[in-house]
Formats: sequence, C-alpha cells, structure tokens
Amino acid sequence: MAFNIYDFTTLTHDIHVGLAESFSPVLATTIEWVIVGVVYLLFVALFGLFLVYAERKVCAAFQQRLGPTRVGPWGLLQTIADFIKLLMKELIMPRKADRFLYNLAPFIVIIASFLAIAVLPFAPGLQSLDFDIGVFYLTAVSSVGVIGILLAGWSSNNKYSLIGAMRSGAQILSYELSVSLSLLTMVVFAGTMQFSAIVEGQRDAWFIFSGHIPAVIAFVVFLIAGTAETNRGPFDLAEAESELVAGFHTEYSGIKFAMFFLAEYINLFIVSAVAATVFLGGWMPLHFGNFESFNHVMDFIPPVMWFFMKVLGVIFVIMWFKWTFPRLRVDQILTLEWKYLLPINLVNILLMALVVLTKFHF
Amino acid sequence: MSEIKEVIVKTDRLATDKYQVNMGPQHPSTHGVLRLLVTLEGEKVLNVQPHTGYIHSGIEKMCEAISYPQIIHLTDRMDYLSAHMSNEAVALCVENALQIEVPDRVKYIRTIMDELTRLASHQLWWCVYGMDLGALTTFFYGLRDRELILDIFEETCGARMTVSYSTPGGLMFDIHPNFQKRVKDYIKYFKTKLPEYDQLLSGNVIMRERTEGIGYLTLEEAIDFGVTGPSGRASGFSCDVRKHQPYSAYPFVKFNEILDHRCDSLARYEVRIKEMWESISIIEQLIDNIPEGDYAVKMKGVLKLPEGEFYQRAESARGEFGVFIVSDGKKNPYRVKFRSPGFSNLFALNNMAKGHKIADLVAIMSTLDLIIPDIDR
Repeated sequence: MAFNIYDFTTLTHDIHVGLAESFSPVLATTIEWVIVGVVYLLFVALFGLFLVYAERKVCAAFQQRLGPTRVGPWGLLQTIADFIKLLMKELIMPRKADRFLYNLAPFIVIIASFLAIAVLPFAPGLQSLDFDIGVFYLTAVSSVGVIGILLAGWSSNNKYSLIGAMRSGAQILSYELSVSLSLLTMVVFAGTMQFSAIVEGQRDAWFIFSGHIPAVIAFVVFLIAGTAETNRGPFDLAEAESELVAGFHTEYSGIKFAMFFLAEYINLFIVSAVAATVFLGGWMPLHFGNFESFNHVMDFIPPVMWFFMKVLGVIFVIMWFKWTFPRLRVDQILTLEWKYLLPINLVNILLMALVVLTKFHF
Repeated sequence: MSEIKEVIVKTDRLATDKYQVNMGPQHPSTHGVLRLLVTLEGEKVLNVQPHTGYIHSGIEKMCEAISYPQIIHLTDRMDYLSAHMSNEAVALCVENALQIEVPDRVKYIRTIMDELTRLASHQLWWCVYGMDLGALTTFFYGLRDRELILDIFEETCGARMTVSYSTPGGLMFDIHPNFQKRVKDYIKYFKTKLPEYDQLLSGNVIMRERTEGIGYLTLEEAIDFGVTGPSGRASGFSCDVRKHQPYSAYPFVKFNEILDHRCDSLARYEVRIKEMWESISIIEQLIDNIPEGDYAVKMKGVLKLPEGEFYQRAESARGEFGVFIVSDGKKNPYRVKFRSPGFSNLFALNNMAKGHKIADLVAIMSTLDLIIPDIDR
C-alpha cells in the first residue's frame, strides 16, 4: 500500500484492489461501505467535538475570558466530558408528544448532514461520492434537514417549539434559494457541477480571484445565506434563547438533544467546506501566476492541510458573526432574503454569464 | 363554487387562530419569575397580561414588625441593583421625620454611592439588553466593568450588592482610605470603556433595526401609567427626582436631566447610555470635594418617629422610588408602603408591545429594565 500524503488516489485504489482480490465482489463492496461509513462517523463525531471546543474557545476570546481550561490540557477534553454527560442523561418526552415523529426527528436532521458530507472532496482521491451533479445533490440533501426540524417542532407539542420550527422552515426555505443561486453562479463559471472538477479548475487561481467581482459577491451572499441555513447567529431565530427558550429542541434531552447539537456543527462544517471548495480552491494550494518558488513552497503543504485550513478559516468567520451581531427579527430575516439577497443574486448570475461569455476573467 | 368558498372560509379561520403562550415564570428572558400571559396570532402579539406575585416576599408587612434601622436591610432585597438608593430613601424619610440634618460628608458619600450604583445597574442592564437582542458578547463586557464597582462597594461596606450602607442618621461606616483613589481610577478606566459599548452595540445596524420605532410609548401614556426613570424620560416625561426634589448632594452638582422625545426602544437605550456619562460627571464633581467631618449623627438607641405620615422620594436606577411611612409613635412603623418603579413600568408593557412580533416583546420588556423582586416586594 503506497501511502502518499499528497495524493490519496493510490491508497484508496490499493485498498480496493486488495479487497477485490481476497473477497468475492459483493463482500468486498460491503466491506468498503462499512469502512467508509465508519471513517465518516468517526470523522464527524471527532470533528464535531472539536468544533464545539473551538466555538467555546473562540467565543471566550471574543468575550474576554478563557473558556474551558479545567478538563484535560487547555480544556481539550471538556467537550468529551460534556458528551459523556449528555449520553447518561435521562430522555424525557412530553406526555402528549407524537412519539413516532418525536423520536424520528433528530435522525432526519443528522442523516441529512451525513448525506451532504459525502460529496465533499477532502484531498485528491479522498472523496466518497464524485457525482457529475455534485452541487445539485448537495443543495438537495442539505434541505432535507429542515423536515427534521419541522417534525421536532410539531411533535414536541410545545408552542415555543412550534414557533421555532415554523421560523426555521420559513428561513431555511428562503435562504435555500440564495445558497443555490450563489453556487449556481460559480457553476456557470466553472462549467461543471462535479466537485472534483470544480477543484481541478482552480489549479492556477482560486475562483474567488479568477472570477473577481461576481465571484466575490457570490461568496459574500453564500456566507450570509449559509450562516442562515445552519441556524446560527445572527440568524438563530429557530432556537432564539431569549424568546423561545430553546426553539425547536426545547423538549429534547440527553442524546437526542446531542444529535441536534452535533448536526448544527456538522452543518457549519458543510457550509464552510462548500465555501472553501467552490470559492477558495478546495484542497488546491495557493498559487500566484509566475512566482515559481512561492508556488513550490505552497505545494509542500499537503492538500488535506490546505482544505482544513480554509475550512477552519471560514468557520472562524461564521463564529465571528455569531458572537458579534444581535439577532434579526423574523420579518427582517425574510426581508433581507427576498428584497436584497435574491435580486442581487439574480443580477450576479447575469453578470457572471457575461463575464464567462466575454472571457473577462483570469 | 360553494366548495371553493368553504375552503376559503376554512383557511381564513385557520390563519386568524389566536393562541396563548405563558412566558414565564420560568423563561430565560423574564429575568426572574415574571409571568406574562401573551396572546399571539402567529408571531404577532395581541395582548400581554403580566401576572406578578411569584416571588412576593411580604417586605412591606415585615417592616411593621421591625425597627426603622432594620428596615434598611430589607430594602436591599427589593431592587437589588439599586440597593443603595432604596437604603437612602428610607434613611432620608426617617431623618426628615426626626428633623435631623446629616453632615455634608454623609451627603457627598451617599450621592457618590448613588451614582456608582446607577452605573453598575445601567451596565448590567446594558449587558442583559444585548443578550435579549441575541448579542451574547455584550454580557461579558458589561459584567467586566460592573465587577470593579462591586469591588469598590465590597471594600467600602463589606457587601457587593446588598450594601445596607446608609442608615438613619448617616452611614454605617466611614469610607475606606482607598475609596477616593479607587473611584477616580475607576472613572478614568470606565471613560475609556464606555465608548466600547457604543462600538459593540449602539451603532450596529441590526440593533438599530430592532429598536427604532419599536415599543412606542407616548408622553401621555407614560404619565398615565406612571412610567418613571430612564424609561419615562425617553418619552419626554421630565421625572428626575434628583432635579425636581434634590436630596443629599444633588443640589451641589451640575448635571443634565437626559430627555428624549422619540419614545421608542432606541430612545430608552440611548437615555441610559447618556445617563452613564452624567453619572460619571457627577462623581467627578464630588469625589475630590468630600468634606471632612463625621460619617454619622449620634442617634438614640431606639428610634421613635413622631405620629404622622412621611413620604420620601429618591431616584433609583429604574425610576422614582418612594417610601411612605405611617407612624403611630412607636419604635416600629404602623404601615410602610414602597412605591417601586418597576411595578408601574411593567404595566405599560401591553401598550408598548401590542402589534409587534414576539421577538420585539422581549426586546421592549428589556428596555424597561425590570427587577422582579422590586415589582413583587
């Protein structure tokens, strides 16, 4: 097995060939499925825990305090301790809740997040689903999560939950448009919906540089709409603590609450990863035209590192939003989408089409 | 045709269904155990009915069984964020009844403590207001500055919030030798930190959108409901007791009564921010000129007020605080009634919040700066 940190294609290929030689085709495929599933589960769980820790540290920095410091070195084990605590908590269900839907809702939310994560290219060869309609698939599955939120709000038999879920429904359905349209702008520029091809197209320059004005507009719109889609502040209306106690997950406790919590962070990761992939070159290193030596130094950093550096950068910006801005009101949030972001987006697509037609890009 | 009509009627009825939500007594935004019975239509607030009494402690009744200096300690527990103003109001009331003139030193120290309390209270209000709007970071900025004021209080009288510092006839103790230096250091420090408040929240577009034109309370309504303090002054109601009936050292200092005629949430916000600047200026005028002298008048062991009725007003951090004592000449009062600003302010909420969204209800309630034990007593 040839392990190359710069290109995982050979590694995954070798594993595939090895399995195919030793087992029957059906068994080999099954084993591959299991391996991929376990790897994703582990990754999501660990990265989710890390993101919770990062969020607490980042918000502590914004709020002039230290954040977790006691459990483990620099408080690194804090989120693990919290998670164990959540696992041991009693599951309390409201007496008049709709049992089936109430239990189903957290799974829908988290499954939607898992589906979306499958198409993201982490590094060359490190991508489990490489569709030719990757972008379309991603926007489709990422909007499934809202069904889970609506079900949670409805089945809890709590007015706060219901208001939170309704807000969330209105908000995610609206911002879905902006997310899709800003991604579509970049699809127009890239000429493909396949994520690996989109990343490959940014070998010389990231799309945010080569697509200049329309790409930057699309990036800003995507960041705003993406923040809204993950239900994070300043768009955290669905779980507005000061108004709705905890919004749609008011009545959830223990591990079911943890699922909503984890899903929020996975969604944060997905939005940041898509922003990094489509606008900031994915795992592509930073290259500048003719600076050969500079480009070589940049190539030295492995693609996985590049990917996660970009993702964490975007995540930091989104966390920055949350800990700085007050929350918008529900009518203002819809006004922002339908009166500002949507028209801007439509004009932007037109602009991008013109840019592509006139070849006025780098 | 009739079928279509029926469907329309049905959906119409669905859309206008009203429902009621119990906000509180346990709810993160009611800051204690206030219960609001809110009638909603979708997200629109149709009616707000406050229900009080969940933390009623019978302080007024308890006062009838204890002596006058002991009442001071109960007043701390009502409006715990402007504890010193309540202490002072009772002390002034008893002093006026006994016709005792306290030394100037006492007046100066009382006024400085008043203004420090007002600063601390407004700071806490500011952090909580930010939180209610969803800006969680404000909380830590406000508490950071408030903590230092509480440290000064602790050094002065041993308590951080329930100070019990004023007493009939003067003060419990003299100020700590460090007091003047620490207050001056603090004022210097806070003058650099107060602009941060504006940078973080006041200028924010979302914050402006959330407050401008929201929670309108006309001057007439403010007077009708008896809304006093910063909330009343934001409706243009000149109600500052410090100006209209100066007590302690307020006659000796120059300060402005902050008035605003915009009547909305933003006005109430800005009045409080400007009041912080006024408090700073009042403290600056007084801190270097504290006269020498006794910190208290020698009083009798047992205080007995002459028969009659006595009323004293004081400006607490959230409005006009009144103490009404009926005495029958014994060592404990016959009846005591406190006029708490929070109670009157709370009941203007319905007029302010009607027709707004539920998110605004929280934001409007927060601009009234309610303290629940102050309402329930």
